[in-house]
Amino acid sequence: MTVYILAISLFLIGLYGVLVKRNLIKIVIGFMIMEYAINLLFVLVGYREGGTSPIVSEGMSSEIFVDPLPQALVLTAIVIGLGTTALLVSFAVRIYRKYDTFDVRKIRELRG
Amino acid sequence: MNGIPLFVVVPLGAAFIIPIFSRWIKGFSDIAGNLICAFLMGLSIYFIQNAGQTQHYFVGDWELIDGIPIGIMMVMDGLTILMLLVVNCIGFLVSLFAVHYMSRYTDKEKYYTLFMLMVAGMNGVVISGDLFNLFVFLEITAIASYALVAFGVEAEELEASFKYQVLGGTASALILLGIAIFYLQVKTLNLADASRVISSLSDKTGMVFVGVLFLTGFSLKSALMPFHAWLPDAHPSAPAPISAMLSGVVIKVLGVYTLVRLFFNVFGLQNMPAIQTVFLVLGTLSMVVGAFLALGQKDMKRLLAYSSISQVGYIVFAFGLGTPLGILGGLFHLLNHSVLKSLLFLNSGAVVYETESRDMDKLGGLIHKMPVTGTTSVIASLSMSGIPPMGGFFSKLIIVWAALDSGHPVLGGIAVLASIITLAYYAKLQKSVFLGEMTTAFKKVKEAPVLMCIPMVILAIVSIGLGLLLLPSVKDSLLGPAVQVIQDGLKYADKVLGGP
Repeated sequence: MTVYILAISLFLIGLYGVLVKRNLIKIVIGFMIMEYAINLLFVLVGYREGGTSPIVSEGMSSEIFVDPLPQALVLTAIVIGLGTTALLVSFAVRIYRKYDTFDVRKIRELRG
Repeated sequence: MNGIPLFVVVPLGAAFIIPIFSRWIKGFSDIAGNLICAFLMGLSIYFIQNAGQTQHYFVGDWELIDGIPIGIMMVMDGLTILMLLVVNCIGFLVSLFAVHYMSRYTDKEKYYTLFMLMVAGMNGVVISGDLFNLFVFLEITAIASYALVAFGVEAEELEASFKYQVLGGTASALILLGIAIFYLQVKTLNLADASRVISSLSDKTGMVFVGVLFLTGFSLKSALMPFHAWLPDAHPSAPAPISAMLSGVVIKVLGVYTLVRLFFNVFGLQNMPAIQTVFLVLGTLSMVVGAFLALGQKDMKRLLAYSSISQVGYIVFAFGLGTPLGILGGLFHLLNHSVLKSLLFLNSGAVVYETESRDMDKLGGLIHKMPVTGTTSVIASLSMSGIPPMGGFFSKLIIVWAALDSGHPVLGGIAVLASIITLAYYAKLQKSVFLGEMTTAFKKVKEAPVLMCIPMVILAIVSIGLGLLLLPSVKDSLLGPAVQVIQDGLKYADKVLGGP
């Protein structure tokens, strides 16, 4: 249970970064922390105490396997995370070229 | 092989092929994009005949073992067919409109690539019978729409898209966290299988936590009131065809459809009775506040964006009532709003295309110069504000009737009030853009090109005729099965997996 709580605290740290930081790049870093926390949680969900890799072969000693499904899902989630992070960073760079700043308080053309 | 995966495979393949061949063949992206969209529309219309039954497709032929799914499933039932019809029909008309409109921008083939990805993602969300798969398609749609919102790469568009990405990304993170905790407790990701497990769980506290995460995530995606901040920036900044797609279809597929599917068919109203109250509160809040905020706008597209928030509020409100009549009203309003809001955004696109302005203070009297755009826009506005013979009147009538019928007279009254405000801001829109006096700056404005007028005229005719869908014989073939799916709730599992 403790590991789950630790993973969720990591998620909350990321969420704090996204909500509170004023710098675009720091917001992006907050996002990455959030994604890592979720990936970590996902792998932990599939972990079994004393489990081995789930490949059935002759002469197996252990009966306990680690759940392979979350690992497959995490691989997909990492790829999606890469896509969104790349897009966010490229937008941050484009915004910097237009406004000459990363500060969200100064990037305010849109209101209401 | 029953044709279900085609809805994802075809646009995904097109997204791959279009940028390759448009290097050598001029105009390839226009023709291919429109043909693919037309094919998808035909396919979705063909599937209406199957609306009454539940079909499924096993990806990679991983069949059920003892009624338990081990692979990815795609499920097609009445609700899915209704949503596919909305996505693909609007998608085709919008891509027809884009042929001329997008020639103002560079890199048209990239536009079509992203557009195809968006359509593939939305079709995937709708036909997926697996929670993680649904998330993957949701992200495909989201990434494509982030890029499309900023297609003009001006400062304002980049800013709007960044805001959209931050809020959309937070929503996705919450949903993925929800999926992880969901898997921890339920040990399956298949929606039908999960709904059986959830019903048999003795302690449902954990599911409430998952429910809250999903509710927040999907409400952010559908821009319900406390989570709406990105929509009024993102939807107006996008090119008009994309605004039409975003407001007309994306928020409904990513937000409303997923909320309804998860909370009605997977979690089940009997397992989570509080959800109805939450839907009613969020819905009422969005429809009232969205309408008031729309009233104060000076930018034409921004007004329409706030109107979307308000109308999605009606839809969620109607589902929150939970009675068969309420569900029918919600689905019918969803259908109406998709048609009308995409039509209105296409109108605004035609105005921007001809006048280069969307400021309501400067525009005026355009109906004399742009008769087709003006007339279709008036029709859409009348229908949206609920003037009797149009489709929009019937859907609002059903929603208010359902509210009174299920013992919520106050909320029904609020819905009527919000409808009056709707009439007020659409009257303001018509008065300051199409009617009223013309300013001298726009004396030389012409009607939009024919290819832009055709989709608008088709949508206007459809919007008048939508009321016919409520006729008893027609209703049984499209809306009836969709209402039945939602109303059956947890019987979804037995229909998909087979069982008692």
